[in-house]
Amino acid sequence: MQKSSFFTTTFRETLLRDRGGAVLLSVLLLLMIFIPLLNLGTGVDNPLHVSTYTVTLLGKYLCFALLALSLDLVWGYCGILSLGHGAFFALGGYAMGMYLMRQIGDRGVYGNAELPDFMVFLNWQELPWYWYGFDHFWFAALMVVLIPGALAFVFGWLAFRSRVTGVYLSIITQALTYALMLAFFRNEMGFGGNNGLTDFKDILGYNLQQDGTRVTLFFLSALLLALCYALSRYLMNAKFGRVIVAIRDAEDRARFIGYRVENYKLWLFTLAAVIAGIAGALYVPQVGIINPGEFSPLNSIELVVWVAVGGRATLYGAVAGAGIINYAKTWFTSILPEVWLFALGALFVIVTLFLPDGLAGLLRRRKTAAPPAAQSQSGEAAA
Amino acid sequence: MNNLRQTWQQLQQGMRRDRVFDFIAENRMPFRGQGHMALPGVVDVSHGTLLYLENVSVSFDGFRALNNLTLYIDDGELRCIIGPNGAGKTTMMDVITGKTRPDSGNAFFGQTLDLTRMSETDIANAGIGRKFQKPTVFPRHSAFENLELALQADRRPWHTMRHRLTPTQQLQIEETLHTIGLLAERDRPAALLSHGQKQWLEIGMLLVQNPRLLLVDEPVAGMTHQEMEQTAQLLTHLAGRHSVVVVEHDMDFVRSIARRVTVLHEGSVLAEGTMDEVQNNPRVVEVYLGE
Amino acid sequence: MKSLHSLSTLLRVILICGVTLGAGTVAADAVPPDPLTETATMLANGDFAAKEAAIERLSAIDDPRVLPMLQAMLAGNLYRNDDGRLLQSTGSDQPVTVTDALSGQQQSDIAGDNLKKISINNKLRGALRSSIAVLSLSHGDAAVRLQAAQDLLERMDDKLVPLLRQQLQTESDTRVRRVLQLALAFGDINANDSQQRLQAIEILADDGQVEARQRLTTLLATGTDGKPLESDAAVLAAARKAVARIDSRAELYGFAETFFFGLSLGSVLLLAAIGLAITFGVMGVINMAHGELMMLGAYTTYVVQLLMPNAIAYSLFVAIPAAFLVSGLTGIAIERGVIRFLYGRPLETLLATFGISLLLQQLVRSVFSPLNRSVATPEWMSGSWQINSMLSITYNRLYILLFALAVFALLVLVLKKTRLGLQVRAVSQNRAMARAMGVRSDWVDALTFGLGSGIAGVAGVALSQLTNVGPNLGQGFIIDSFMVVVFGGVGNLWGTLVGAMTLGVVNKFMEPWSGAVLAKILVLVFIILFIQKRPRGLFPQKGRAVEH
Repeated sequence: MQKSSFFTTTFRETLLRDRGGAVLLSVLLLLMIFIPLLNLGTGVDNPLHVSTYTVTLLGKYLCFALLALSLDLVWGYCGILSLGHGAFFALGGYAMGMYLMRQIGDRGVYGNAELPDFMVFLNWQELPWYWYGFDHFWFAALMVVLIPGALAFVFGWLAFRSRVTGVYLSIITQALTYALMLAFFRNEMGFGGNNGLTDFKDILGYNLQQDGTRVTLFFLSALLLALCYALSRYLMNAKFGRVIVAIRDAEDRARFIGYRVENYKLWLFTLAAVIAGIAGALYVPQVGIINPGEFSPLNSIELVVWVAVGGRATLYGAVAGAGIINYAKTWFTSILPEVWLFALGALFVIVTLFLPDGLAGLLRRRKTAAPPAAQSQSGEAAA
Repeated sequence: MNNLRQTWQQLQQGMRRDRVFDFIAENRMPFRGQGHMALPGVVDVSHGTLLYLENVSVSFDGFRALNNLTLYIDDGELRCIIGPNGAGKTTMMDVITGKTRPDSGNAFFGQTLDLTRMSETDIANAGIGRKFQKPTVFPRHSAFENLELALQADRRPWHTMRHRLTPTQQLQIEETLHTIGLLAERDRPAALLSHGQKQWLEIGMLLVQNPRLLLVDEPVAGMTHQEMEQTAQLLTHLAGRHSVVVVEHDMDFVRSIARRVTVLHEGSVLAEGTMDEVQNNPRVVEVYLGE
Repeated sequence: MKSLHSLSTLLRVILICGVTLGAGTVAADAVPPDPLTETATMLANGDFAAKEAAIERLSAIDDPRVLPMLQAMLAGNLYRNDDGRLLQSTGSDQPVTVTDALSGQQQSDIAGDNLKKISINNKLRGALRSSIAVLSLSHGDAAVRLQAAQDLLERMDDKLVPLLRQQLQTESDTRVRRVLQLALAFGDINANDSQQRLQAIEILADDGQVEARQRLTTLLATGTDGKPLESDAAVLAAARKAVARIDSRAELYGFAETFFFGLSLGSVLLLAAIGLAITFGVMGVINMAHGELMMLGAYTTYVVQLLMPNAIAYSLFVAIPAAFLVSGLTGIAIERGVIRFLYGRPLETLLATFGISLLLQQLVRSVFSPLNRSVATPEWMSGSWQINSMLSITYNRLYILLFALAVFALLVLVLKKTRLGLQVRAVSQNRAMARAMGVRSDWVDALTFGLGSGIAGVAGVALSQLTNVGPNLGQGFIIDSFMVVVFGGVGNLWGTLVGAMTLGVVNKFMEPWSGAVLAKILVLVFIILFIQKRPRGLFPQKGRAVEH
């Protein structure tokens, strides 16, 4: 009883102080109520009807927003610029994809209930051991969290303990996702090689093509985004968050007053990887495919721009940035495909040169003559 | 038997250094409550000496920053360390706080804690606080938050996720803010404080950290005369309950607080004694005038 | 196609009927035919078996007209006209001339003739080659004889043995002699004379090719009882030793070849990384557009070749300075326009330069199309250097290795000996102090960045000779070259050299047992672990200064 009141007061305080977050959570709530209504409750000819295509597109944006949120935790708050964050997203996606693959059963092209199509095609005789268990949703759900988490934990444990920081860390995270991409492209890995996993039929017995399933997935994406946002906001407002920011701004000082810097980084990094994995797992059933391209370093770095544009260390900025840029991308790639990379490239330059605090910083600056802009984090090592 | 115990201790220390799972495993850390050690006897000062540096040598690329340095600090003592540039003062502090590992020699905190085998964090948690030469505070946090972060408390992630300040702690921070004259700046980001204010804030952080041993590197650089006096008062006041080691260039300041002075030269101790003794030591005179 | 073929078959049948009739009339009023004319007629009119016999008989006739005739037949340039006369053409040479194979008279008017090609099959082809080789053995030019001997080596049979022995006695050229001896050794290995056999084994061991080794292993064959079939102990021992010698030599050459491939990959990595080593090592700037500056260099080569299509051989010498300028100036523009506002903020620099890399890629895609462009390889860079029968090195890889080392040496020289080098080193060690000493650090920054970028451009020229030139050319290199710099130790050019070569060689040695992709992954994982163990690389800069 006491504990719950502790948390409710914390949340009330948190939300009162966090206006951006309040707006975000309200928008998510509205989406969770109205999108299902407007899709399922209205006929196709109704002018208010939201098509299933749009629902899925929005769901996709929400997954990206969740991914951006997780990057903001490590980059915005702790100064760890991970250029391989997409790897955790992709691993979560693959874990979910493997479950969906097993759900196909004998409805594949080869009608083999024991093996996924691509294994039949490669003349494999039996299911590799690491596919065991993915017939069960609970197991896959566990792996969605465990695999990215474990990878982040091992990687972070090695990296943070050796005090690999700054650009070095950025580049080795990029090398990590690059190596994973090369590995997943190999047919021998048993994850479908080039083509990845696709042709999914249903999830927990519900047909993935049906509107109801699509809307439910959308709803879940919004819900998980809201929950992860609340959790992240809570953590960053707690003393934990202040330690994290302290580590970002003056790592040595934090160490010399007794904080075990590597542990803080490690747990935060692992948490972020888990959130990214969840985002990937929600993404795959909605888009219907996962392939090694998701590991590509370009994806991860694009993600960094979503956060940079939205505004680092704000959480809601990352969510907004992901939404805005992905909407722009959809729009550009359908109308002026060549221009998109120009726009994206220019965005990188403009944001770093002129908008170090992103759109959120712009809003804040307009509202109050606030303290000066964020300084670089990693560059100025204390002492 | 003795050997076995030593090995066991080393093993324990080794594990302590890699404590990733502090997060989960409770009470494995020498957490200290209000003013007292929660695990008594971690710092063993039964011989009256708090810090032992014996034959410590450090070299960088052939340059010997510390050369067989031997130095003892008593429990509760206020010690000033002076010496020309390059005498090894900062390197000595680096060795004590674990930032630099000595090439040879021993560094013990109390009778039992081998500083050369502990991480910076362990050393800090064992009760050694350090103020850097260049004031280093958390720029984006308010003065209050800076003190909150430094405040003696459980440092593990799991704890900081749930931690809220008790009224006593709140009061303690407010009092310290008052002591260091920053009550008015309570909620300003530390980046906006003046140089002197940052120095004070960092000293305040040391105060709330409540360490057994304070290492203070050039505390009065950039301070006005009045601020200097206040600092002198504060440091003198701290001695007794804490051991304080001050490295300073400003001779007037040193004279105003010093009881014992150690002169470092070329990485080892040149002279030690009261201010007067040291000033009249012909070798010290030679070194200072010879420059 | 098919209908045309059957049509020609039909035509042939009709023609053969006509020719046999015609041949009768020719034979009637002719003087007794010489053997050459006679066999030539066989060649013209007989079936495949007759043709084979004819070829054998022709090669025994000592007549200068035989060799060209056989060569023409092999090349498919020998024809028969309606009269059954043999005509040979000059093949595809323009203008085609047709001569009578026997009289040597040029045939001016063949338009009306129904020329029919003398068809050959694979068996005939083999017979022709043997005959041509035998005939060529007595050719005046040693190179022709060598070629002939090598041809015979491939189609050795017992009937040739006396001929070769005879040839060996008169042959003066050592290379030809060696080939002839080798050809004979294949048979001599089973001779009656033990001495002769040992000699043959020695010759085969010297050669060391797959066939020689195979031949030698037949001597080592064991019977069902596990004992060797060979009774001569000396021969057996010699054969064993010879096989072992061949194997160890093959291993050595295999090793040398892999090592060279490794160095070749290393040289590419070196070219890619030294530019980065300057910008990152000296200035602390991560330039994610580095790969795109290489791509610009490669496209510069393409444009240079477009501008001088008739002088491809010299194009690279123009392209190298051009690429240096194009990439270098682009680099200076990037530094002045973006990077200088971001000093001290390495992560922001990384992001901004990544944006620039996207811009450059898209720019190239818009200007040159997203398709790969082909850059020609000059004559002098193609082909390979045959060191011996088991080891050859392609010239383009060899030249690029030398080129990379030259660029490296030049760069070291520039940094060590020139005023710019001095200033660059000063700024890299202590920016504030250098500025206080009157070094214009912003000017040095721009030039340093330009230098690093220019080298990237030069690297692009080299790359254009190895891979396809496309907008994504540079993308794959940024991680690799960064790994090289970090592995070797930031700010240490020699470290970059050692790092590049080590990684290249390690990669190539791992490939055979792990496959190319896995080797790359393993190397990446290795470096990830390595950086964590030694964050400052193989050759770290030491001292207190680097800690801050």
